[in-house]
This record gives sequence, C-alpha cells and structure tokens, in this order.
Amino acid sequence: MDLVTVWFIAIAVLWIGYFVLEGFDFGVGTLLPVLSRDDTDRRVMINSIGPVWDGNEVWLITAVGAMFAAFPAWYASLLSGFYLPLLVILLALIARGVAFEYRAKVDTDRWRAAWDLAIFWGSTLPALLWGVVFANVVRGVAMGPDQVVTAGLADLLNPYALLGGLTTLSLFTLHGAVFLGLKTDGEVRARARRAVPAIALVAAPAASTFLGWTQLAHGNAWTLPLVAVAAAALVLGVVLAVRGREGWSFTATAVTVCATTVVMFGALFPDVLPSTTDPAFSLTVHNAASAEYTLTVVSWVAAVFLPVVIGYQAWSYWVFRKRVTRAHIEPAAALGVPAARSGAAEAEQ
Amino acid sequence: MDALDLARWQFGITTVYHFLFVPLTIGLSVIVACLQTAWHRTGRHEYLQATKFFGKLFLINFAMGVVTGIVQEFQFGMNWSEYSRFVGDVFGAPLALEALLAFFLEATFIGLWIFGWDKLPRGIHLACIWAAAIGSNLSAYFILAANAWMRHPVGYEVNPETGRAQLSDIGAVLSNPQAWSTYLHVVSASFIVAGLFVVAVSAFKLLRSRFHGDGGTPGEVPHADERELFRKTMRVGMIVTLIAGVLVVFSGDHQAKLAAEHEPMKLAGAEALWNTEDAAHFSMFAVGDTDARTNVVDLDIPYVLSFLATGEFGGTVEGVNDLQEQYEAYYGPGDYTPNIFILYWSFRLMMGLGMAGVAVSALGLWLTRGKRLPESRWFYRAAILALPAALAANIFGWLLTEMGRQPWTVHGVLMTADSVSPGVSLAEVALSLTVFTAVYGVLAVVEAGLLWRYVKAGPSHLVPPKDEDAPDDSDAPVPAFVY
Ligand code: HDD
Ligand code: HEM
Ligand code: HEM
Repeated sequence: MDLVTVWFIAIAVLWIGYFVLEGFDFGVGTLLPVLSRDDTDRRVMINSIGPVWDGNEVWLITAVGAMFAAFPAWYASLLSGFYLPLLVILLALIARGVAFEYRAKVDTDRWRAAWDLAIFWGSTLPALLWGVVFANVVRGVAMGPDQVVTAGLADLLNPYALLGGLTTLSLFTLHGAVFLGLKTDGEVRARARRAVPAIALVAAPAASTFLGWTQLAHGNAWTLPLVAVAAAALVLGVVLAVRGREGWSFTATAVTVCATTVVMFGALFPDVLPSTTDPAFSLTVHNAASAEYTLTVVSWVAAVFLPVVIGYQAWSYWVFRKRVTRAHIEPAAALGVPAARSGAAEAEQ
Repeated sequence: MDALDLARWQFGITTVYHFLFVPLTIGLSVIVACLQTAWHRTGRHEYLQATKFFGKLFLINFAMGVVTGIVQEFQFGMNWSEYSRFVGDVFGAPLALEALLAFFLEATFIGLWIFGWDKLPRGIHLACIWAAAIGSNLSAYFILAANAWMRHPVGYEVNPETGRAQLSDIGAVLSNPQAWSTYLHVVSASFIVAGLFVVAVSAFKLLRSRFHGDGGTPGEVPHADERELFRKTMRVGMIVTLIAGVLVVFSGDHQAKLAAEHEPMKLAGAEALWNTEDAAHFSMFAVGDTDARTNVVDLDIPYVLSFLATGEFGGTVEGVNDLQEQYEAYYGPGDYTPNIFILYWSFRLMMGLGMAGVAVSALGLWLTRGKRLPESRWFYRAAILALPAALAANIFGWLLTEMGRQPWTVHGVLMTADSVSPGVSLAEVALSLTVFTAVYGVLAVVEAGLLWRYVKAGPSHLVPPKDEDAPDDSDAPVPAFVY
C-alpha cells in the first residue's frame, strides 16, 4: 500500500475516533433538556461526560491537523469551501466548551439555564452539520480546476446532505442515550433507556436510507458488507439497550457510528473531494497529498504516539468507570453557597 | 475594504484574543503544579488552599484558551486557503505533532486532575497536573516553530512542478534558531504574565484585608489565616516574574539579533531607522514623517542599536529606505515597508510595559522581605496594574512580530495578498469577523466577571480554613471539582 493510502486511512481513523467519542457527548448534550427533570439530573448528565469531553474533542483537532499536514489541498479546499457550516460548528463548539466549564460556577437559575441552552445547541448543531459536511464531501461539490469550491450554501443543503445530517444527529443522540444508560443510575438511567427505542424510530430509517443511498450512488464492493454491519449493529444496539445489557449496547452503537464513517470514507476513496463540475478537477489522495518526506515523518510520529495516546485515554475512562448518580453530585460549589457548610444548600435543592 | 483586509483583521483579533489566555495557561499550570507539589511534600493546609484557589482561576482561564484555539486551527484553511495549500506540507506537520503530542496530553490529564481529586492516589493525581503543565509548555513549542518558520523559512524547498513548498528536513524546522529563541522569549513572557497574575490577585486580597477592615461581607474579606497565605503567594509570584524577567531580556536581545539577520526590515522599522548607519543610535523617542520617510524629532543614545542588533558598538544596521531599494531590486517593484509607526511604538510598549511589571516585582520582593508587608496602598495598586501591563506587552510583542513581517506571510517566499482564500466572499468574511468579535466580546465579559467573583470569594470558599480543634483529617479525600 502506498503512503498516501495509509494516510487516507489514518485520517479516517482519526475521524472515526472523533465521531465515536464525541458522538456520545454530543448526544448527551442534545438529550440534556429531554432527559432531565431538575438541576441535579442535569448535573448528573454533564458530569458523566465531564472528565472526557475535552480529550474527545482533541480527536477533531488532530484529525484536522493531520489533514493539513498530509493533504494540504484537501484541508484548504474543504475548509474554505464549507465556510458557513464550519463557522456555525466553531461557534457551537466554543459555546459548548465554555458552558461545561462555567455552568456550575454561579448559583442562579438564569445563569444555568443560559448555559444549558448553549450545551444543547452547541451539541446538536455540530452533530447535525458534520453529517451535512461529510455527505457533501462524498457527493462532491462544484469545484473548478483551481481547486476552489464554488458551491454556495444552498447547494450544500441538498436532500442527500440533509439526510446525512439527520443520520449523524440521530445516531449520536442514540449513542448518547445508550451512554447515559451505561454511566448514570436512577431516574436518568431509566429515562435514557426508555428513550432509546424512540430515538431509534428516527435513527434506523434515516441511517438505513442514507447508507443505502451512499452505497448505490457512491459505494463499492467492500463498502456493502459495512453497510450491513452498520445496520445490524444499530438494531442489535437498540435491542440490547431495551434488555438492559448496557455495556454491549454501547459497543453496538459505537460499531454503528464507526461503520457508518467507514462507509463514507470508503465511498470517497480514492477521491478526497470530488468535483461535480468535472471529475478531472477532483482532489484525490494523489493530487492533494504532501510530498513523501512529510508523510514519512508524520507516519513515524503517529505510529509511536497514537498508541500512547490511546493508552492514557483508555486509562482515564477506566478511572472514571463508575456510574455517576445523584448522590455523587456535591451541592453546588458555585458562589453564594460555601462548600463547607453544605447542609443548607442541599435542603435548597 | 476587501476580503483580504477583513481576513487580516479577523486573524489579528482572534489570535490576539487567543493569546490573552495562553500565557496564563502556560505559566499558571506550572505554578499550580508547584503549589500542589508543596502541599504533597509538606502536607500544609495552606498549600492545599492555594492550589485549589489558583487552580480554580486557572480552569476558568483554561476553558477560554481551548475554545479559542480551535478557531485558530480552522482559520488557516477557511480564510487563508492559498497559504495552506502552499505551505501545508511544511507548516501542517508541526501543527499535527502539536495536537498528537501536546493537546491530547493536556486535555486528558486536565480532566483527570479536575475530576480525580477523590479517585486517584495523591501522587498520581499530582502527576496529572504536571502532565497537563508539560503539555501546555510543549504545545507552545510546536506552534512557535511553525510561526518561526514563517519568519525564517528553513528545511524546505519549492517544488518546481507543483509550485508548492515541500518539507525537506524536519530537524531543521524544529531546531530553527528562530524557533527556540522565540520559544524562550514567549515562554518567559508568559511566566511574567502568570507570575504577575498571582501577584495581582494576592495584592488585591491583601489590599482588601488591610484597608477595608474585617467587617465587610463574609467571604469577601480574607480570613485572618489568608493574609499569611497571600503574602506567601505574592512573593512566589514575584520570584517567578523576576526570573522570567531576566530571561525575557536575554532572549529578547537574541530575537533582535535574529531579526537583524533574517528580517532587517522589521528591526529597522522597530527603530524607525530610515537610513543605514554604522554605530547606530537606539531611539528613545521619535516623531516620524512616514510620507517623507524620515524622522522629524529623534532623541537617541548612540551605539546601543548597533550593539543590540549585531553585538558590536560599531556594527552596521540597515535602514528602511535602503532595504526598500534592495528588495525592489531583488523581488521586483512593490512596497516592502511595513507600518513603521506601529512597529516603532509596539517595540517600545512591549519593553516598557513588560519591564515595568518586572520592576514592580523586584520592588515588591524588597518591600516584603522578612515578614514585612508594604504599608502604602500605592504599592498594592501598582501590583494589580502590573498584570494588564504585562498582557499588553505580550500583545505589542506580537504586533511587532506579525506586522513587522508584512507584506509577507512567509518571509521572502509568499505574500500576504497571495495567501487569502480566493473562493471566500467579502460577505462571508465580514460575517465571521463580526460574529467572532461579538462572541469573543461577550465571553470576555463573562470570563472577567467569573474571575472577579472567585477572587473576591477567596480560597476559604473552596477549601475551608483548618479548624484547630477538629480531628486531624489530612488523609481524608479532597473533594473533586465537579461541574
Ligand atoms: C512581557 C512581555 C515581554 C517583554 C517584557 C519583552 N518582550 Fe519581546 N516579545 C514578547 C513579549 C515581551 C512576545 C509577545 O512574546 C513576542 C512576540 C513574538 C515573540 O517571539 O515574542 C515578542 C517579540 C519580540 C521581538 C520580535 C521577534 C521577531 O519578530 O523576530 C523582539 C526583537 C523582542 N521581542 C525583543 C525584546 C527585547 C529586547 C526586550 C527587552 C526588554 C523584550 N523583547 C521584552
Ligand atoms: C498567539 C500569538 C500571535 C499573535 C498575537 C499574532 C498576531 C497577529 C496579527 C495582529 C496579525 C495581523 C497582522 C497584519 O495583518 O498586519 C497576524 C497575522 C498572521 N499571523 Fe500571527 N500572531 C500570533 C501567532 C501566530 C502564529 C503562532 C502563527 C502561525 C502558526 C501566525 C500566523 C499568522 C498568519 C498566517 C497571519 C495572516 C497573514 C497576515 O496578515 O500577516 N501567527 N498575527
Ligand atoms: C495561530 C496559531 C495557533 C493555533 C492554530 C493554535 C491552536 C490551538 C488549539 C486547537 C487549541 C485547543 C486545544 C485543546 O482543545 O485542548 C489551543 C490551545 C492552546 N494554545 Fe493555541 N494555537 C495557536 C497559537 C498559539 C500560540 C502562539 C501559543 C503559545 C505560545 C499557543 C498555546 C496554546 C496553549 C497553551 C493552549 C491551551 C489549551 C490547550 O492546549 O488545550 N497557541 N491552541
């Protein structure tokens, strides 16, 4: 296999890592107003992803950094060509990141309600828009010989792309609900479990139509079994969740997200950004790639350090393996309520 | 106004904004790690209080550094696609290394540190904050190596077929003298900011407790024990600032020598030196006429500039007008002169404001010797003002660096005007510039408000002062920070 193919795969792996990991914390954010009944519930939900969301987001930063290094032309055309959707994603990620950190820091309802809104929209919009962006990448965009994308916003909002967005949004929400079943206890856990079939009612048709369409229009021989894997894992994940097999169910939804991403990258290869203007203008792994030397350097670094990163991230998940429950939630350490004399604060809640 | 101008404004605004939080993250992570190490070693309750207190302020700041950083990474592709296409091969590599080696480390271990107080053995928990601190300081190296490459490109060649820059020696890029010199300078400047942050917060708390009596709202006036605590942290901050202050001067001097060698136009601009001189004067104050390309008033000290630029009192320093002629002869007709007014004053404000902060620390160390505390309110006020001064110094330093490189993005290789995204419309850039500026403005107010509240509340709010009568609970788990 030549180096450019290796790097295409490496970038797919980074995006898979991003979608599988940040997928569930997006889902938790989307479900925040749905599955909570009071502030303690919301804090249970947020704390279930609290220690890990930032580490999950670095998968995105690494994926984009790796695209910049390995396929500069892909990075350049994609990011400038999808200007407005990416602008919204960036704003959403800003709002969300700050919200996690600041929400518990002032003890008033208005303050928390504002940040809850930021968490909801900050999770829901990227979950939707990443699907729109990737579906358009698979489908191709209007692009001339100078590799400048000429598609406007209206072109990007075509039915196939919107279906892609609905697919990622509903899959991530499902993944998040299953995660909450796995990581919380009590009422939140029960509600999350009950929500799974309802979300699946959207996710299953959306994902199967999108995957089928992708396979028919852009797929190849080896993406076909992966479409089947994605669909089977989705059904299995829902059944297992309903039966209370939470660990396995989470594994299954992770497989669904992973297989869906692989199908999209598989359908794309060997292009990285097809041109609908003329296939001859398409960016491919060959004409978008860096020179051999850069690819070799980043290969060595990735080969050595990616396993280390996966090792310590896995360890951090293990450290926080226990379920988060209402009993774990300390009374607000936010201002106005001294942490030491907490009895009064507890009574307030 | 065209898209290029707006893209430049957006880059300047978002990067300067990112860099308001970065110096604190770089320096404060290490200071908090040191405080926690002191607690680990001695078991003294006040160190735990200090760790938690400054740790909280650190986290409020850290969140902003993270979210504004993501914008930086995307911005190269969104607004500067031609730049990215041209240099991605060289410039993308350090960025990818940064994410893989540093950001993962930092983000994962910060999570472990915030939530792991009661879950991890104390030694391992301490190691987590160190890992995060190392991550921050490591991340700075890669991004600065990338930036240094734009000022002094090495280890690459332009492929005649594709017309793109191509990496030929990663070792040369990472060991670029411009890179480690910049690193030393930026990191010491960051420690000045972080040191002065600790000084300013401590001074504020001491000011309140000494001059506003003890009768104020509970929680706002420090507990009696806290005076000793803040006297100590103030001295810690001052020592950090002073050490960093020495390093910043040495590395700054080295930066000037490198500029003389690789970017003579920047140095000439920073000194408003219009014509080449031997034994050049260091300008103390100048009023220039940029149209006539000469100074109307100039107070200066002979020999100093030559020494700063070349290490010899009689060394030759090239002037703006001569350089302009040379560049035209070499690169073809065009304007190769950056904005001299901005360079000249940025250079002075960087040195002046930054070193004023260092001077406050030196004075403070003297005034707090023994068990003393300064009597005059003025000292505390100056100590508080030193923090914004140091932050401003950092910004002026970057204005000098980046505007001094104009009209180039990559010195001598790629012009700024050729770097911008051709497919992005004026309206799109205008929209993103407006939205980012607005959102950043709101967040600045929110962030400052939070810092203010938490500083006012003080450490006893997070960790109650030790109750002498209570049974010894120093082995009891410390509650985690939870969201
Ligand atoms: C507290 C902040 C601070 C202080 C006190 C100083 N600097 Fe500085 N300086 C910076 C903060 C800074 C900075 C913001 O960190 C910059 C921007 C880019 C860089 O490398 O560091 C910078 C850049 C910078 C440059 C431009 C480098 C280039 O573009 O190649 C020069 C020549 C100097 N500095 C020189 C000095 C000297 C001679 C100082 C002696 C007093 C000094 N600086 C103090
Ligand atoms: C964090 C500290 C930094 C600050 C405060 C800063 C500041 C600025 C400012 C004010 C400008 C606008 C200058 C002008 O348009 O005249 C600018 C431009 C630019 N800087 Fe920096 N910069 C920083 C770091 C970096 C780094 C680390 C890089 C590269 C990795 C970089 C790359 C650029 C690029 C590509 C431009 C756009 C082209 C231009 O207008 O010059 N900057 N920066
Ligand atoms: C213009 C170029 C820059 C880019 C592309 C960039 C990129 C980023 C990104 C993506 C993050 C978020 C990391 C996370 O989520 O954990 C970040 C944060 C940070 N950046 Fe920047 N940055 C730039 C300039 C700088 C400079 C000049 C420095 C230091 C000298 C710096 C140091 C840091 C630090 C210490 C953080 C703290 C948060 C963290 O690492 O997680 N950055 N930056």
